[in-house]
Amino acid sequence: MARQWSIRIGKKIIYMLLLVAAASILTFVLMKASPVDPLQANVGQAALGSMSQEQIGKLREYWGVDGSPINQYVSWAADFIRGDMGTSLLYRRPVSEVLGVKLMNSLVLMVIAWILSGILGLVLGVVSGMNRGRWIERIVKGYCLLISSTPTFWLALLLLLVFGVWLKILPIGLSVPIGVEASGVTIWDRVYHAILPAMTLSITGVSNIALHTREKMIEIMDSDYIMFARARGLRGIRLFRQHGFRNVLLPAITLHFAAISEIFGGSVLVEQVFSYPGLGQAAVTAGLGSDLPLLMAIAVISALIVFSGNMLADILYGIVDPRIRRGGVRR
Amino acid sequence: MNRRKKVFISLLASSLILLAICIGGMFCADTARLTDFSRKNLSPSLDCLFGTDWMGRDMLARTLRGLSISILLGILTAAASAVTALILGVVSATLGKAADTVITFCIDLIMGIPHILLLILISVAMGKGFKGVALGIALTHWPSLARLIRAEVIQLRESPYILIAEKMGKSKWYIARKHLIPHLMSQFLVGLVLIFPHAVLHESSITFLGFGLSSEQPAIGIILSESMKYLITGKWWLALFPGAMLVLVVVLFYKAGENLRKLTEPGSVHE
Repeated sequence: MARQWSIRIGKKIIYMLLLVAAASILTFVLMKASPVDPLQANVGQAALGSMSQEQIGKLREYWGVDGSPINQYVSWAADFIRGDMGTSLLYRRPVSEVLGVKLMNSLVLMVIAWILSGILGLVLGVVSGMNRGRWIERIVKGYCLLISSTPTFWLALLLLLVFGVWLKILPIGLSVPIGVEASGVTIWDRVYHAILPAMTLSITGVSNIALHTREKMIEIMDSDYIMFARARGLRGIRLFRQHGFRNVLLPAITLHFAAISEIFGGSVLVEQVFSYPGLGQAAVTAGLGSDLPLLMAIAVISALIVFSGNMLADILYGIVDPRIRRGGVRR
Repeated sequence: MNRRKKVFISLLASSLILLAICIGGMFCADTARLTDFSRKNLSPSLDCLFGTDWMGRDMLARTLRGLSISILLGILTAAASAVTALILGVVSATLGKAADTVITFCIDLIMGIPHILLLILISVAMGKGFKGVALGIALTHWPSLARLIRAEVIQLRESPYILIAEKMGKSKWYIARKHLIPHLMSQFLVGLVLIFPHAVLHESSITFLGFGLSSEQPAIGIILSESMKYLITGKWWLALFPGAMLVLVVVLFYKAGENLRKLTEPGSVHE
């Protein structure tokens, strides 16, 4: 039975790699289809006019405007698999170097927000699901509706306004203080600068998971085994711990791993507002400046993160639910 | 008054408010562009409810104008997405394994790339501007609904009345037209209305990032990204009111979608 399970996981991994490859092709095709001329966008019309043909030719080569697209893609892919992501055109440094720093910054933010929103969402969902028809359910539902209708960047602006401009207790932007050497940045500085962005992301991430957990919880509360447990006199937290927790955890885990894509999207906006130098900000810069190698790497990495999130959910599902682990059919 | 009537009235009310914002925005086109340096940076007062910006433009007019652009764009793209979802969902569930594999792969692919990133890519590919946003949103919002419809059709295909129709020699097209589509209509409509809030939010986000509508248009994303520069100096009204109005519009659409679902699926009344 364990063999069946590992075959299933193996198939998933192959499927995931196919998806990542497709994502990179899609990115490449879209960027190549763009009518935005990287030379005009980055060098400027005036500067181009004053250059000799030879210089322009060199620049064209640098920005990769020449050559057949298929050859370009194949050579990019071959390099990428070998671990060479190419050189960022805007930063003029290897992409892996640029991304290394940004990815760490972003991951800190996203992991904190992911965990916080997961826990908070689960708690809110369970509480509202167990208290149907009471005021607390109404409040949670209203909150979720309001939050899912709020653009992430506007919430970020509001928090910035309140905590950064009015109360002046949190920094307005960046991931480290201005004018301090890299070696002088303490871990406290990093945390201090990540509070607002992480807070924004956590607040917006809650609504989805809370709503789904609530629905699941309502389903569980209507089940026969809960009725029996109630008849035996179980109430409140004990009832939840013994009969609700495991059952509600399963769907919550899957859903929350699938929500990584949302958190990533939110982080792009939040990083932009707080000028936090992360992956999202790099993506925006690369997109505006037609930095193809950087953008390709970002697309592949983010797709990898999202797909592995989905896969982890599948694997965890198997661990939490013994029926799946022992090779039973999945629902 | 029974529940059905209540739902119907609230649906009507939210549609009316949205329509009013749309029409209001159309009349505000000129006022939104009017600059008047004698009254720049005014904080909100009875005279101009939302205040004015650094060029003396009335923020209320700009907000309304921006919202009406957003709503129209949202309806357009949500409709395009929902139709795509319906077609692909039905095709994937009825036209055999190869079609299903391809479409499922596409769904997984689009859902796997973070939405914002994909929007940035498509917008860049289309050369930014209105076309980029519209196409980007239309192309990225169908997968979740397509997945729902596909699951529904797969279930329906096994139901007795479809099986009987097949046995009686009806063509696939006939079954799809006469049996599947009418059954899927309610889900399609609700899906359409519920795609809308996402479409509007993503439109404003992508515009905010600088990939969307051009900066001459008073779109909400533009207004908010401009306000960011003036936030530090304490001009809070530039950011607060336009954003709040956007939230209001999106909430109204969510509510309308939920109410529509209650009307079309009587079973969900118990929720």
